[in-house]
Amino acid sequence: MSIDKRLIRKDSLEKLFDILKQNSKTVYAPATKNGKVSFREAGSFSEIATGFVQTTQSSKEVAFPRTEKLLDYSKSGGGISVKGIDTDGIPAIILWGTRPCDAMGVSQLSSIFNWDYKDEIYNNRLSRVTVLGFSCTKADEYCFCTSVGGNPGDTSGSDILFTQLGDNGDFLAEVLTDNGSAVVSMAPGLFEKAGEIKKEQYLAEVPVRFNHEEIRQKLENYFESDEWIEQSLKCLGCGACAYVCPTCACFDIQDESHGKSGSRVRCWDSCGFSLFTLHTSGHNPRDVQSQRWRQRIMHKFSYMPERQSVYGCTGCGRCSRACPADMNILEHLISIQEAAL
Amino acid sequence: MTDNIYMPYLMKVEKVTFEAPGVKTFMLKFINEEDQNRFTFKAGQFGEYSVFGVGESTFCIASSPTRKGYIECTFRQAGKVTKALSGCEEGNIIGFRGPYGNTFPVDEWKGKNLLFIAGGIALPPMRCVIWNALDLRENFKDVTIIYGARSVNDLVYKHELEEWEKRKDVKLITTVDPGGETPDWKGEIGFVPTIVEKVAPSSKETIAIVCGPPVMIKYTFPVLAKLGFSDENIYTTLENRMKCGFGKCGRCNVGKVYVCKDGPVFTLAQLKELPDEY
Repeated sequence: MSIDKRLIRKDSLEKLFDILKQNSKTVYAPATKNGKVSFREAGSFSEIATGFVQTTQSSKEVAFPRTEKLLDYSKSGGGISVKGIDTDGIPAIILWGTRPCDAMGVSQLSSIFNWDYKDEIYNNRLSRVTVLGFSCTKADEYCFCTSVGGNPGDTSGSDILFTQLGDNGDFLAEVLTDNGSAVVSMAPGLFEKAGEIKKEQYLAEVPVRFNHEEIRQKLENYFESDEWIEQSLKCLGCGACAYVCPTCACFDIQDESHGKSGSRVRCWDSCGFSLFTLHTSGHNPRDVQSQRWRQRIMHKFSYMPERQSVYGCTGCGRCSRACPADMNILEHLISIQEAAL
Repeated sequence: MTDNIYMPYLMKVEKVTFEAPGVKTFMLKFINEEDQNRFTFKAGQFGEYSVFGVGESTFCIASSPTRKGYIECTFRQAGKVTKALSGCEEGNIIGFRGPYGNTFPVDEWKGKNLLFIAGGIALPPMRCVIWNALDLRENFKDVTIIYGARSVNDLVYKHELEEWEKRKDVKLITTVDPGGETPDWKGEIGFVPTIVEKVAPSSKETIAIVCGPPVMIKYTFPVLAKLGFSDENIYTTLENRMKCGFGKCGRCNVGKVYVCKDGPVFTLAQLKELPDEY
């Protein structure tokens, strides 16, 4: 559909939130807890954090939970009964306050869950999410969305994208999808027709720092480079980068048992862990950390573009912010681009 | 309720065969007859076998698709899940989901000689295609099997080795590592690559299928090259760690390949395109 541009007054956002709640909608929004901003179910508008650059965790959890039940089993006598997750019971969620880089990350996640076999559980969750994105009016030195095809006001992945027009200003609401229109129709009085508004001047400035196409080409012949060792000397293999990443989709499958019954769950995993590829025999195809770091970069900037036709990075910068050893993906990518072959 | 690919078939352990120390074969039958009637697979495919409450583990289907009504798997007790599987008795119920992955192109091999080279616990992933070929014996010319293990005790499928030994239309060469022989051992003594070189099978119109521990594979490929086998006529099956089995969990990703989707069966020519991460 063509973009329907509306204007919503600053003090009408709270009314919109209240109307969503009155319509029994479950709203997930950024909230501050213990100094960290993260997405959680919001009971009232006042709980929603503002003024932050980026939430600590991405919003991917609404479609791809950290731990997710696949089936339940129970044993009795010699028999076993198994019941798959009831996807009809997955709740509808309104995701409020997602940054464009997270909204864009949905396409990367979806590319993995839908190339070849279409993952029903993931798709069911995603189909119940309405994304109310908020453009970035602030960025920090870790942000690099513009280097991977995004921008602070990118509409992709959002159902409505809100952009605040100056400090304390009203909001431009770009209604992008039918899901977005459905939100507008719940509170039509709040969404005024907007005139020709140029949002660009209000967006954060995020300079382009590298060319992702060039990096992809460079990586074709970069597998054996010593730079992987150099870059990863600091890496602790803690996996924090994968856990905060909006596009990392690798998972483990484990059983959780409680006596005679239990569940099979899938939970986030990371290629940075030494156990990720370890065979039971003791053989490990990626035996040292530099190989795992290489896998992370190669997968996002070479393998995914080849197999899923999308880069596995949205430039949100979370991995660099989260790294306890202060590795900085932006610096490492620039270094790869600048390296002489 | 939608189609949940993670839901395993419930399988009854119909028969347990002790193969070698720590190694067992399970014959598995579908609890639900409809599942059994619907289920098809081809040689080379694998599945996720599970003990409920413990977890899933990945192995090939070791029986031939020409044998209907059951599947078999052979595994060595090595980790948490295989330990729990090993504790299962006849009549117990386990989970199985699959089949996943590509297959040995058995149909394309019609009219050719087949040379199977296996080491240790890597005979099971090859057994499906060996029996597949033997059940359609008239489709192929010479069938040669070279199989080695650390010791006589470690050879798996001992009863089938005897059967292949007796067959006139199969040439079987068994070997054990030096020191692994027993006083009455009649087979070869030596590592698999050495024995392949000694037996020197002809590469003319021959497909070689090689499966074994990494070190055996590493030293067997050059021997085959010396014998004149092209990289396109050498097949193997990779055993990367996997969780989902269908290209999502990311674990078996090697270069641009997902072993679970693009493999597990690869030609040597294809392997040479991959980074050395398998």
